[in-house]
Amino acid sequence: MDTLRVLIVDDEDDFRETIVKRLNARKILAEGAASGILALKTLEDKDFDVIVLDVKMPDMDGIETLRHIKKLKPEIEVIMLTGHASVEFGLKGMQLGAFDYVMKPAPLNELLDTISQAFNKKRGLIH
Amino acid sequence: MERNYRKLWWQHCLAIICFSVIPLLFVNISLYGLFDRIYTEKVKETLRSSAENQRDSIDLFFNERIAQLYTVANTNTFENLTNESYLNKVFEIMHTKSNSYMDIGIIDHEGNHLSYVGPYYDLLKTVNYQHEPWFNAVKANGIFISDIFMGYRKSPHFIIAVLVRDKSNPWILRVTINLKNIDDIVQKAWLGHLSDAFLVNKENKLQTKPRFGGDFLEPPTLPGFTTGTLVDRPLYPDFSSVVATKVERRSVHGYDAFFAATAISNTKWVLVIKESPDELLSPLQKGKYWALLLTALGLAIIATGAALFTNTHVNRIKKTDLENATNSDMLLQANKMIALSKMAAGIAHEVNNPLAAIAEKAGWMKDLLAEEDIAGSKNFTEFNESVDKIEQHVDRARKIIHNLLGFARRMEPAKEKINVNNLLDETVGFLENESKYVNIRINKQYAENVPVITSDLSQIQQVVLNLLNNAIDAIGHDGTITVASRYLDKTDEVEIEVADTGKGIPENEFGKIFDPFFTTKEVGKGTGLGLSISYSIIEKLGGKIRVQSKVGEGTVFTILLPKQ
Repeated sequence: MDTLRVLIVDDEDDFRETIVKRLNARKILAEGAASGILALKTLEDKDFDVIVLDVKMPDMDGIETLRHIKKLKPEIEVIMLTGHASVEFGLKGMQLGAFDYVMKPAPLNELLDTISQAFNKKRGLIH
Repeated sequence: MERNYRKLWWQHCLAIICFSVIPLLFVNISLYGLFDRIYTEKVKETLRSSAENQRDSIDLFFNERIAQLYTVANTNTFENLTNESYLNKVFEIMHTKSNSYMDIGIIDHEGNHLSYVGPYYDLLKTVNYQHEPWFNAVKANGIFISDIFMGYRKSPHFIIAVLVRDKSNPWILRVTINLKNIDDIVQKAWLGHLSDAFLVNKENKLQTKPRFGGDFLEPPTLPGFTTGTLVDRPLYPDFSSVVATKVERRSVHGYDAFFAATAISNTKWVLVIKESPDELLSPLQKGKYWALLLTALGLAIIATGAALFTNTHVNRIKKTDLENATNSDMLLQANKMIALSKMAAGIAHEVNNPLAAIAEKAGWMKDLLAEEDIAGSKNFTEFNESVDKIEQHVDRARKIIHNLLGFARRMEPAKEKINVNNLLDETVGFLENESKYVNIRINKQYAENVPVITSDLSQIQQVVLNLLNNAIDAIGHDGTITVASRYLDKTDEVEIEVADTGKGIPENEFGKIFDPFFTTKEVGKGTGLGLSISYSIIEKLGGKIRVQSKVGEGTVFTILLPKQ
């Protein structure tokens, strides 16, 4: 089984860094990107299975970033992370091709479940 | 601000009455005044023509008598007339045709009574009239009508005398007039039961007997004053010098009357007529009573109309005021909701990110603790418990935020067909075990005619569940919750009612129950968002939520939902 590669895109350093550490501790190859632009840069060099994408970010918001990701690497599954009264953004993201959305703050287990579902879907597509 | 409706009622009512009554009174009074003036003029006119008619009758009477006397004097010889049996024959002929004369006599130019026919034969036959005032007057004028006088016979009478100008032997024919004839004519001037008419001479002495007391040759005294000595009695106004007809209304000694006076041309007498205003103006009096009655009737109608109209009007104002107050309350509540939902969204966003970071940090600590050697750290258990607590409280905060988001959410409600009674049954089902446990009976009163409505099932269910939860909390244990449904066909709405027998809502908390974060539950047990979320849900679905409560008796929540 391939190692699961996850990119966490969130401008909140403490959140992003901690979640990366915790995923790594669970044998998941996780990396962080502090903005949409940085995420797109990272994607140029590296490949990921799942991207967890915060909706509300400065410079480039989650929806915009999602559009670029889907253009660049449509095979990567994206999970939207909605921070506030923005279930609409989660739904909008799903319309634009996101796999699912998770309400923030979510217990790690919930996020992990969604990530593994997304990963399964991707593998199903590839194989 | 509370209006004083009682004061408003009176102001309104009195204003209507004033503005209606003033013109009514003005018209009535001026019409009555006009009528009074015209009628009084008419009465005076009637009186004037009556007086003139009687005067003409009296003049005619005298003219006829004079003509008759001239005829008798000039168609019979002096010799014949001095023969008393002849004179008697002539007198009888005169008397047959008119009952006007009492006696007749022939007097020579020296005043000797040559012949006489009449009841005073013995008394008058021997009389010489040479020194009587009338004797000289008739010799000077050729004809003379006397005033009433007593004369030799000592009883009131008057005479007409004509002179026959025989050159060698001038003589006089003299008759006494039956007073009854004059009385008859004068009395025809009595128009009513209280009217009077009489003749006075130039000295204002009575020439006929008035109807209401007074005697010949006395000055005329007012009716009701005929007793006592003459000097004490109040007199009629003096009309003895009147020539042309005079009509006036005068008050003499407090005695109000209409007077008409006119001079008789053949004599020096004046005919005086007195009429009572009460009698003459009685139609006017009747008119006055009618006018008063109609005015009173008009006033009653105006007052009733004003009261009825004011009632309707004030009730309408009351209703409008109430509606305005309700509307402004609702508007206030809606504005409060909008502002609060914006704030809630802001708070949710701002709190979520740090909360997420805390959650992850705690999670990370837990991850790391799992790798620690239990024996190596003496505070391991304390750390572990603390991290658990942090996660637990983050989770609690997360739930609050989620509720807030639910409250602030601006999503279009779903539209689906809902059987309200089924929905209620299902929702009650969720709580049946819980309520049994605390001995609360749930009483279902569903109307059968409740139609299927189009609305958002899960949102309505959330509201009903919320109300039921509140009801259970309000009762605590041992009580009844009544869940009812009704169809209001007038407004085409469905009504859902959740009534409990709980402790009720105190008056000072009544205005706050729909405010977010308002709760009476123990800290940590309620977020205070349930009712405010319910409020905004029902509002969004186009319905209304109402509450009635009495401390110690219970609370009734009513939801009104449109059918579509």
